[in-house]
Amino acid sequence: MYPNKATVEVLEQAGHMAEVRGRSLWADARSRFLKNKAAVASMIVLLLVALFALFGQVFAQWERDFIDFSLIGSNARQGVPSFETGHYFGTDASGRDLYARTVQGTQISLMVGLVGAMVAVIVGTLYGATAGYIGGRTDNLMMRTVDILMSIPFMFVLILMLVIFGRSIFMLFLGIGLISWLDMARIARGQTLTIKNKEFVEVAYATGVHPAKIILRHIVPNLLGIVIVYATLLVPSMIIFESFISFLGLGVQEPNTSLGALISEGAANVNNQVPWQLGFPLVFFVIIIFAFFFVGDGLRDALDPKDR
Amino acid sequence: MTLTRKLMASTATALILTAGTAYAQSETATHPETGEALAATQAFTYRVLDESPSIDPGLVEDVDGSEIVRDLFEGLMNQDALGQLVPGVATGYEVSDDNLVYTFTLRDDARWSNGDPVTAADFEYAWKRAADPATASPYQWYMELMSLENGSDVVSGDTDPSELGVTAVDDTTLEVRLSEPLPYFPQMVTHATTFPVHQATIEEFGDDWTRPENMVSNGAYVLTEWVSQERLVRSRNDQYWDNDNTIIDTVTRLVIPDENVALTRYLAGELDMTDVPAGQFPRLSEEYPDQAVSVPEACSYYFMFNLRDDAPEAFQNADVRQALSLAINRDVIVENVLAGGQEPAYTFTHWATAGFETPDIPMAGMTQDERNAMAQELLGNAGYGPDGEPLTVNLVYNTSEAHAAVAVAVSQMWKQTLGVETSLSNQEWQTFLEARSNGDFEVARGGWCADYNEASTFLDLMQSGSGYNDSKFVNEEVDELLSEAKTAENPQANYDRVEEIIAEETPIIPIYHYASVFMLNDDLKGWPYENFEQNWYSRELYVTADE
Amino acid sequence: MFAFIARRLAVAVPTLLILVILSFILMYTAPGGPFNSERPLPPEVLANINAKYGLDQPFWKQIATYVWGVTTQFDFGPSFQFTNRSVNDIIAQGFPVTLTYGAYSFLVAVLVGVSLGVAAAIKQNTWLDYLAVGITVGAQVLPNFVLGPILIIIFTLWLGWLPGGGWNGGQWEYVVLPVIALSTSYMASIARITRSSMLETLNTNFIRTARAKGLSTGRVIWKHALKPTMLPVLSYLGPAFVGMITGSVVVDIIFSTGGIGRFFVNSAFNRDYSVIMGITILVGALTIFFNLLVDVLYAWIDPKIRY
Repeated sequence: MYPNKATVEVLEQAGHMAEVRGRSLWADARSRFLKNKAAVASMIVLLLVALFALFGQVFAQWERDFIDFSLIGSNARQGVPSFETGHYFGTDASGRDLYARTVQGTQISLMVGLVGAMVAVIVGTLYGATAGYIGGRTDNLMMRTVDILMSIPFMFVLILMLVIFGRSIFMLFLGIGLISWLDMARIARGQTLTIKNKEFVEVAYATGVHPAKIILRHIVPNLLGIVIVYATLLVPSMIIFESFISFLGLGVQEPNTSLGALISEGAANVNNQVPWQLGFPLVFFVIIIFAFFFVGDGLRDALDPKDR
Repeated sequence: MTLTRKLMASTATALILTAGTAYAQSETATHPETGEALAATQAFTYRVLDESPSIDPGLVEDVDGSEIVRDLFEGLMNQDALGQLVPGVATGYEVSDDNLVYTFTLRDDARWSNGDPVTAADFEYAWKRAADPATASPYQWYMELMSLENGSDVVSGDTDPSELGVTAVDDTTLEVRLSEPLPYFPQMVTHATTFPVHQATIEEFGDDWTRPENMVSNGAYVLTEWVSQERLVRSRNDQYWDNDNTIIDTVTRLVIPDENVALTRYLAGELDMTDVPAGQFPRLSEEYPDQAVSVPEACSYYFMFNLRDDAPEAFQNADVRQALSLAINRDVIVENVLAGGQEPAYTFTHWATAGFETPDIPMAGMTQDERNAMAQELLGNAGYGPDGEPLTVNLVYNTSEAHAAVAVAVSQMWKQTLGVETSLSNQEWQTFLEARSNGDFEVARGGWCADYNEASTFLDLMQSGSGYNDSKFVNEEVDELLSEAKTAENPQANYDRVEEIIAEETPIIPIYHYASVFMLNDDLKGWPYENFEQNWYSRELYVTADE
Repeated sequence: MFAFIARRLAVAVPTLLILVILSFILMYTAPGGPFNSERPLPPEVLANINAKYGLDQPFWKQIATYVWGVTTQFDFGPSFQFTNRSVNDIIAQGFPVTLTYGAYSFLVAVLVGVSLGVAAAIKQNTWLDYLAVGITVGAQVLPNFVLGPILIIIFTLWLGWLPGGGWNGGQWEYVVLPVIALSTSYMASIARITRSSMLETLNTNFIRTARAKGLSTGRVIWKHALKPTMLPVLSYLGPAFVGMITGSVVVDIIFSTGGIGRFFVNSAFNRDYSVIMGITILVGALTIFFNLLVDVLYAWIDPKIRY
């Protein structure tokens, strides 16, 4: 039963209070996060990796697609990492500078992770919040759809899509986007169910605010905490996902590259005396994934203190 | 005692039989011809990339599958280590004066693995079955290619398969009637599609007849185990007429999709043979000089331009095409990118093709600097390049690491020499073939392997009417020269001229001539390195004992 | 509970149907038929082959025939690529392989993962804990296509202990490396989840009470703490299962085990429509079934959950 008009003013206050409290909640969270050394360090590492991805090319002495023809085929002996030749990370089997390629690989992999997370945040949150807020039959229908989609082996469908429509980065993003939002929708819905009975939502409803506006203005901002946590944890799984697609040769195409593609090439040549081909990209890959894990954990602990 | 096993006339067979039996009984076995000490275990294990779609002789379509079929079945004729014709189930053949009727005489001691005699009727049945539309064989066209009487009509379903120009006169005589003379017809019956099949077995088991428990075969080996995508084991066929001269007891084919994993497992001693990954040959031949092998293989690698009217204008200009061809440094591609003993190609026909002498193409004699200079000039005169209109090329190739490496290298050469920007797109095999035959490309990768050892198997692709001329290159002189060559006493002059035209007009850019590059256990002997088509038979192989 | 299971099964049917139709449409719209080859087949030959496989029929008829065959007779039709084989035949060969190493991997991941996690939690902040955390953190992010070749180099090339691939009817030495490669990262995840969940449980009041009453640690863990600890682990099993099915593709490629993962990728590249759909449907059905199983288990362990 919704409140009558007499209590609305009081509850509007409550709504404001909730917002004020919300702000201090964020401040609390920040201070808790800053106390988590692993998370802070990871955040710094992530910033450095991002800087590397954005500006690393400035320090490269070679273009990422430039082939040094004298190095092709004698990679194991002449492509060794060295500051003298300007190939800081050595060269790949085609005589291309591995440093420049790692820079690009990091860019692409981060992008894949972020795009996947972004789609999840936007589509998943709105979908989940809508389902949760409207409730009833609509909710049931929307969540059953999610259930159905979740039991489709998407990796298999994605492989099909990439094989059929050709490999392109767009297709990859589309495929990753298709998969990533499902869990987010469930989480957002669950959270919405608890929020929607809060006073400020009921007040907004009572004052005749349009449902779409309620969802956008009142529900979604209150979901942000959990959404951010989940999105942070989603990024590394998207990056791992992309590396799998690259292993099958369906990911980013030549002459472009991703960390997954570089690692898979390096792993293939692991017995061919070119350890740097696996080593450098793998280090970046591992660092990025760990950093996201730790930051995600830190954020969760900070935003949801009851856990610890 | 030295016996030339190439001479398989029936009189010699008895001798060999005795020699073989002697070998089989002796304790410390030695090879009957070379006298090398043989290992106690005679097994051969090799790696392939993928499962073969079928090992039914009538349906087999790939190289790996044909290797299996050549062990399990035996056709009328075989090839020896040099690729020359030697008797198989047939001891020989006669040709009519008009070159239209071939009469094969079959040996009377050939047996199926269940003991039934192999008769001419088995061949007649197999050929009609392969040509029958109801069989829906992907190699049905081969029956058409053999120019059998009524072949085309049977294939298209207009005539009943029983009308096909092949008849078993009696158990040991097979008569084949052609619709037109075909000089290389005898070579064609070494191909797996022409091998006999056992009618009673097929009729009893239907599609399941190729299962190990059902299959009846007439080759040196029988199928003992077949796990799709994993392994296929064949072992000695006791009923095979020349069984006593077979040395290898079991042959195992493993499917290993990852070539680097296969190499690791080869080095661990699990395999006797595997392919060398692109670019690894120099290192491996240095570390394992006795095991890393590179021999010419009957295929040419080339890029083709789309010459259809709706294709980009730039490629209608022969100078632009030639400039792009000149700017490709083939030496770098064969020596550095592939590094497996391939040869740079300036002609379409593979240099090692029988009876073909590579003509002098001007480009072949230049240095790369001269070529680059000429390329820049040609492109500039055509109004493209740094001082003209910027030129961009879209290069399509089918997915493969080696193709990608070549494409990446070529795109860099074009960029560095001519300032041409290239976008690369790789496509899945099926998509790629469709795009190419629909003319949905600018420049596309092509590879062509000889069907038989003669230059026309390559050059016929340049005929305007050829179904494989995906460039849609039309040149009347070429058409005339090639049709003339069919009946010419010595067609070399015609081939020279066609190659010259290809070099001038550049509908295609020949890049390199294939080499087959693999690791082979140095105890395994008898490999037919000199067989241009790399047709090997397990019964010719043997494992020597370690000293 | 039965109503719940029935409801879930009722959802499963339309899910599978959607899956079938979706993949059929995808394959149908694909450029390049299954019978393209470098040497274009003469049109009459192509027509023969298309007729044999019913590809000359209109779209609705093809899909109707297919769905009918699948639903009434479990018949997934003939393989387009492997000329003498049916899809059922291929699945019958590949699936037991995948199931065998998949089940072992699952067992190893759960048993080793849970034990490691529990051990680390009990001995929190000791060398054992640090070691376990260190191992699991590393193992979790190492892609199995990196781990696979390394395992082969170590155990096959250097030590010569185990074969570097193949299946050979599932003899134990052929199963070991695929299982390690497939289970490691899930084992690591399960260990981490178990550890943090166990730590949480150990801090709850009822465990403290139990301990205060003087019950032995082993008894407390086994009798009281393990059950609540398993809840988060259980909810991870669903995704882990899907992940392992996907991972089987990598295992099949690297260890040439000949499971359905290999057949799937191979048929996708060769447009072997019927095999792709057969495997997709199989995997979909398995996923649905497994998720149902996990939910039922969850409800059984956690009496608070009501359906």
